[in-house]
Amino acid sequence: MDTFQQTLFKLKRYWDERGAIIQEPHDVEVGAGTMAPETFLRVLGKKPYKVAYVQPSRRAADGRYGENPNRLYKHQQLQVILKPSPDDILEQYLGSLEAIGIDLSKHDIKFEEDNWEAPTLGAWGVGWQVMLDGMEITQFTYFQQCGGIDLVLVPAEITYGLERLVAFLQGVESVYDIVWTKGVTYRDVRFQDELQYSVYNFEMANVDRLWRLFAEHEAECKELLAKYETRETLGNETLQPRRYPLLAAYDQVLKCSNLFNLLDARGAISVTERVGVIKRVRDLAVGTAKLWVDQQNPAPENSKEAA
Amino acid sequence: MSSGLNFLLEIGTEEIPHWMIPSAVAQLEKLDLFGATPQVDATPRRLVVRATGLPMRTADQTLVVKGPPITAGEKAAAGFAKKQGVDLSAMTKVGDYWELTKNIPGRLVGELLTESLPAAVLGLQWPKTMFWESTGARFIRPIRWMVALLGDQVVPFEIAGVKSGNVTKGHRILGASSIPVTFATYESELRRNFVILSSAERRSKIQTEITALGAKPDADLLETLTFITEYPAAIRGDFDPAYLELPAEVLTTVMRFHQKYFSVESAPGKLAAHFVAVMNTSGDPEGLVKKGNERVTKARFNDARFFWNVDQQKKLADRVQDLSHVTFQAKLGSYLEKTNRVVELVKTLGGDANAQRAALLCKADLPTEMVKEFTDLQGIVGGLYAKHQGEPEAVSQAIYEHYKPLSMEDSIPSTPEGQIVALADKLDTLRECFRIGLVPTGSKDPFALRRAAQGVVKILVEAKLPYAFDSLFDGELRAFMLDRLQHYFREVRRYKYDEVNAVLASGAKTLADVEDRLIALSAVRPTENFEPLAASFKRIRNILKQAAFNPDSWLFDVKLLEAGPEWDLHQAFLKAQGDLSGKSYREALEAIASIRPQVDLFFDKVLVNAQDESVRSNRLAFLNNILTEFSTIADFSEIVTTGDPANKS
Repeated sequence: MDTFQQTLFKLKRYWDERGAIIQEPHDVEVGAGTMAPETFLRVLGKKPYKVAYVQPSRRAADGRYGENPNRLYKHQQLQVILKPSPDDILEQYLGSLEAIGIDLSKHDIKFEEDNWEAPTLGAWGVGWQVMLDGMEITQFTYFQQCGGIDLVLVPAEITYGLERLVAFLQGVESVYDIVWTKGVTYRDVRFQDELQYSVYNFEMANVDRLWRLFAEHEAECKELLAKYETRETLGNETLQPRRYPLLAAYDQVLKCSNLFNLLDARGAISVTERVGVIKRVRDLAVGTAKLWVDQQNPAPENSKEAA
Repeated sequence: MSSGLNFLLEIGTEEIPHWMIPSAVAQLEKLDLFGATPQVDATPRRLVVRATGLPMRTADQTLVVKGPPITAGEKAAAGFAKKQGVDLSAMTKVGDYWELTKNIPGRLVGELLTESLPAAVLGLQWPKTMFWESTGARFIRPIRWMVALLGDQVVPFEIAGVKSGNVTKGHRILGASSIPVTFATYESELRRNFVILSSAERRSKIQTEITALGAKPDADLLETLTFITEYPAAIRGDFDPAYLELPAEVLTTVMRFHQKYFSVESAPGKLAAHFVAVMNTSGDPEGLVKKGNERVTKARFNDARFFWNVDQQKKLADRVQDLSHVTFQAKLGSYLEKTNRVVELVKTLGGDANAQRAALLCKADLPTEMVKEFTDLQGIVGGLYAKHQGEPEAVSQAIYEHYKPLSMEDSIPSTPEGQIVALADKLDTLRECFRIGLVPTGSKDPFALRRAAQGVVKILVEAKLPYAFDSLFDGELRAFMLDRLQHYFREVRRYKYDEVNAVLASGAKTLADVEDRLIALSAVRPTENFEPLAASFKRIRNILKQAAFNPDSWLFDVKLLEAGPEWDLHQAFLKAQGDLSGKSYREALEAIASIRPQVDLFFDKVLVNAQDESVRSNRLAFLNNILTEFSTIADFSEIVTTGDPANKS
């Protein structure tokens, strides 16, 4: 039986053999692997890209103080992006399951419709949840739009829920019983996080301060986006298109998104505010995506200037 | 006529959402195959059209094209000929015009299919389509292969970079991925490769196997599984009987909606600790699939038990204030505000203390963990919790059923308290949405207001509630409700549209009363006097309209009536009028219909437009009396009668 990390190695190796860049997680808090710039920004534009990475994903409201065998505040997704999606993408995906020791001829695999939408990111796609013996093990999505922009090269996104998948492989009923590596369980590694962050998220996070942080990150992002638009008139060397820090602006979007989730878990977002706050985050995401596309595909005069 | 050619088209795709497949099949059944009848089959991975007897080529055709008038001269004719690509000598003079008879040779059907099939395939209508490759084609899911054969020839074409051929694929896991086929071998090759092409056969295989395993029948689930599998096979799994302590509604929801399992009963209405799952594979010899499904089920039931226990830590009554955090609609505020409105409405409608209590608690299950997880169980969970927390039976049952009816087929709440809360809840949604302009248009109805309106109508009619239609709705909402009301009586209850119009025009107050009148009207309608009398009533109305008769201008004077048919009609009218009081609608309608011979005779013998002004006005007043007195049950002039031009439409 493979340990948690051995299964992870096998999946990474599998996608490595198929030409994917193996990335490390993004180092800003995100709610899903999709939000990491390796997905959100890279799927935009005309440049083919293949990448796989594990993304720890924080969902404050899903915390259960480490008491629920299947629910976690922070779980780990293996995110694979293949842009454009190859014709045999589903065969490749099924091959990855074989690679981690699932003999598909002895199991029941179904692809059940499940379309994905992220209002805060202006993103949606169509696809399936992949069911293995009645358990959802993967979310498969053909992205159609991201940051409100139609995608020219449609990427396939494969998101493996690692805890659930490995619990299945190891035949354990609680994710905390997963053998992470020999002699070490998932509980040993992660229980403290689950407990302490549940306490923080639900009981102690300072709502007023979170709101102020949200406003600060939003302001930082807005300022960066606004200066990109007017950069030529400022005559500042720093503001040349290719040097322009849109990646840093995107981190501010992620900060806002995470703070939104935290405030939501604290029950601090009132009815009237909720829709408005989602729109505030979405405006930042859409604004960043639009400029990113512009930056990646400079108009002829811009590229001269940059050269 | 020879025997013709066989045709096979298979569009191989990635898994199509099950619920969209039947509509695609229906569309493909209309495919133009040069007179041959398409036989259409489908699985999640393939849409298949087969037909026999296609012609090799289409028939030659002769087309006559009219040219310029001869008076326009030879030059005009020459110009016309040039445009048509022929010599002037090919033109003939017919009457005053030049004419060209063109012979259009028939074409090979194979060529025509090459041209038409890509558009036919891409023209299929789907609820939601996607892009996936560089030609920009849109389809429901990516097309990965295509088989197109006419006779033994491939019909060549290309869609989204995929070329048609004669090679198909079998079952994803159990079948080969490259299988050459002919029209004759196609279905048997698929079968050898674990694909049952016929949905009827898959359905019956599932049906047989689940029945043998003791599954409780579920037609919707059967349909879903038929179109989610290429090679279905059923297995039975078990769970710990300790979970049977959880409400059956919760267990069934987990099994049915989350896991697509059939449940198993040990006795009617009593769940057994088993489930029946349908796999998309041939079997489970090592029991791994069973074990996997049991593991998932256990985790799901564990979650449900966890939610139940956590939720009991705070009573429903203590959760009402939490509804201030739950959005009803951005402009309409929270569910707490909605709750307060519904409570008031229940009071206004005369609901008792139990109904008011149920209204107060009916949305309080929204913030519970159970409803967050199993949203379909909203209301039901509230009802179960209310019962568990010691609320009176009348309260818990009303909460349990207050979303009913969920469809036209669904029943209304079973108790008076439930009916009034369900009515008030839907009424509030309708009124508030209309107030801020959230009105359904075309296919857009995000708040499911049509369903709410339909539910209101169904409750008002079937529970025979005493509220007058006009006291509940006004303005734009009234028109909307009237439309739903007509829809209900016509499409659901199958009354004729003119009968519905006749009753609605008569001033019936409550919907139960509308129904009573419809029952009477549709019963009396086939009797011999009825339709002719309705025709006469229409005539009376037209006469009054033409004469611009004003009822206030002339007081009916019995002394001005002439002896004979006019007097006889008056007598018949008085008698029928006397017969109306205290009678059922049906008897009253029969009494009214009985004056038909006198009405006919009147119109036969008496001239309404008498020369004497006072006689004429008196006759109009007399007819007006009959019309108004006898239109109180149903407005007969709305009835479309034989020979009526409107009847043809």
